[in-house]
Amino acid sequence: MDFFLQLLVSGVVVGSIYALVALGFVLIYKATGVINFAQGEFLMVGAYVCLAMVAQLHIPFWIAFVLTMVVTVVLGLIIERLALRPMIGEPIISIIMLTIGLSSVLKCFVLVIWGPNNRVYPQFFSQVPIHLGPVVISQVYIWSVGFAILFLGLFTLFFRYSSSGIAMRAVADDQQAALSMGISVKKVFAMAWCIAFLVAGVGGVFLGNINVVNVSLGFFGLKVFPAVILGGLDSIPGAIVGGLLIGVLEAMTGGYLDPIIGGGTKEVVPFVVLVIILMVKPYGLFGTPEIEKV
Amino acid sequence: MSAHICGDYKTSYKEDMVLFQTFFSKFWLIAFLIFLCIIPHFLDNYVLYVCNMIGIAIIGALGLNILTGFTGQISLGHGAFLGIGAYASAYLVMDLGIPFFIAMPCAGLITAMFGMVFGIPSLRLKGLYLAIATLAAQFIIEYLMVHVEPVTNGVLGKMVDFPSIMGFTFDTDLKYFYLIGTVAILATIMSKNIVRTRSGRAFIAIRDQYISAEVMGVNLFKYKLLAFAFSSFLAGIAGSLWAHYVTIITPEHFTIGVSIEYLAMIIIGGMGSIIGSIFGAVFMVLLPEVLRGLSGTLSGEFPMIVNIFAAIKEGVFGLIIIIFLVYEPDGMAHRWQMIKAYWKLWPFSY
Repeated sequence: MDFFLQLLVSGVVVGSIYALVALGFVLIYKATGVINFAQGEFLMVGAYVCLAMVAQLHIPFWIAFVLTMVVTVVLGLIIERLALRPMIGEPIISIIMLTIGLSSVLKCFVLVIWGPNNRVYPQFFSQVPIHLGPVVISQVYIWSVGFAILFLGLFTLFFRYSSSGIAMRAVADDQQAALSMGISVKKVFAMAWCIAFLVAGVGGVFLGNINVVNVSLGFFGLKVFPAVILGGLDSIPGAIVGGLLIGVLEAMTGGYLDPIIGGGTKEVVPFVVLVIILMVKPYGLFGTPEIEKV
Repeated sequence: MSAHICGDYKTSYKEDMVLFQTFFSKFWLIAFLIFLCIIPHFLDNYVLYVCNMIGIAIIGALGLNILTGFTGQISLGHGAFLGIGAYASAYLVMDLGIPFFIAMPCAGLITAMFGMVFGIPSLRLKGLYLAIATLAAQFIIEYLMVHVEPVTNGVLGKMVDFPSIMGFTFDTDLKYFYLIGTVAILATIMSKNIVRTRSGRAFIAIRDQYISAEVMGVNLFKYKLLAFAFSSFLAGIAGSLWAHYVTIITPEHFTIGVSIEYLAMIIIGGMGSIIGSIFGAVFMVLLPEVLRGLSGTLSGEFPMIVNIFAAIKEGVFGLIIIIFLVYEPDGMAHRWQMIKAYWKLWPFSY
């Protein structure tokens, strides 16, 4: 039972980061109709930028954290303007390949600047674990779950109440109608990429604090696919639920199945689930079915 | 009567579908093939190795272009299908002792079967969803390659012999060049012809507007599966040739990166174009080799360039994809058409 709870907790922690990354992913898909294969690299860049500030420039963690958010927003703007804007109206495959190309370029920058070696964040969160009944949780876990919840909550409020958020939802719903209501679709697209980069960057900072930082953090982006498909590609609550479910599922298979079948099961089970969902319920738990007309 | 025909004066569909539109295209093609037969004797082993890799890439890219370029079904699992072909061929030859020239088509057929299984979701899934489903297929097949150890020997890798046909062993780069060249030419002819048949037209109809295609009597399920089968068949053949050429295969050779590389080939070459697949394959195989050569020459002045070579390769790869997508979305095949059209009317291009 203790083992189960322990797995549950670590699953929820990883799942909350999945949810954050998935949020950005869903946002881009909803607003611009683009599937972003570079989401994992956004996360990696966030982790490295913050690490560079903390470890190389010796900026206090929280200031570095805020600065990282600023940097990621700016990077999001640049990427949207240079790479994504010319692609409006191109076929899906071109846009998928463009984001894949983008991920290669980002990986290249990180490798050239920081090299391929593993890096570790300097100790910032206290190492003293917290005991919750039988379960032991390290403090960084609590912080990352807390921040994930904070950001998810903030963005939910943002979409519900702020005028920019409402504009984004309008564009996601019907671009032409939004345009004729005087909403700048370009601005909304730019905002979607900024927010996506921002939340992925935040996820990266916490993931970097939990694990080591290296280029393979980028694979995290591919693992978000099962989460968003499970939740429904265009649903923000879906991203949160899907992220948590996939995180827990991964931890459980890692804990129970890996010792029996051998390593790597943890990585593949979410994708098996993904295929099953696509077969049974392609629009996920909360997604809107597409109605196609000739 | 020396008027030069500069437009297309075709009065029947049959005329329009002819493989060789003019005498010159046939002439140059035959000249090129003769050149291909002679030139390898003057090349050193490294250049031959690159040529062989290009040949294998052409076969794989043709397959992916039929599926993605002509039928419009995005596949992110082509690398894994290559792997299935490689392992199937290796298993048939090494463990079951079947001769290579039977094992290679069998490997293609086995891969085609796998391709059809993973193509089944394509009936319900379109575009993005299908891309993600094939991504899942890629990871699941990769997992199987590591874990079905009796067949694949897991992460340790499987040793494969050079192929031999009737006691003749293809054990040098030169001999292998002719084997790969023959298969690549056959694959090109096959693809070129399949595009001209009813199936090929059905593929294109599905890509352009699948609901209209269905209304016009195209059986979506049948033709989508056929496209998956044909595409994975060629992937399997390419995988088989690759396995017997490099003689040791591990699951690391067939990762998502390979799938992406093949997608890049058809995008850079030109989607929905046979010659585009060839251009793309040549380009994508030459690119890392050229970069390696460059970094070799530059390493004298900048010693650190060797350390970041992998990173630069990755970055240039991404950058080229982006540049092509933004500035030349129809690929090199389109540019080739433009050049040909220019010379057709030269010097009176207006």
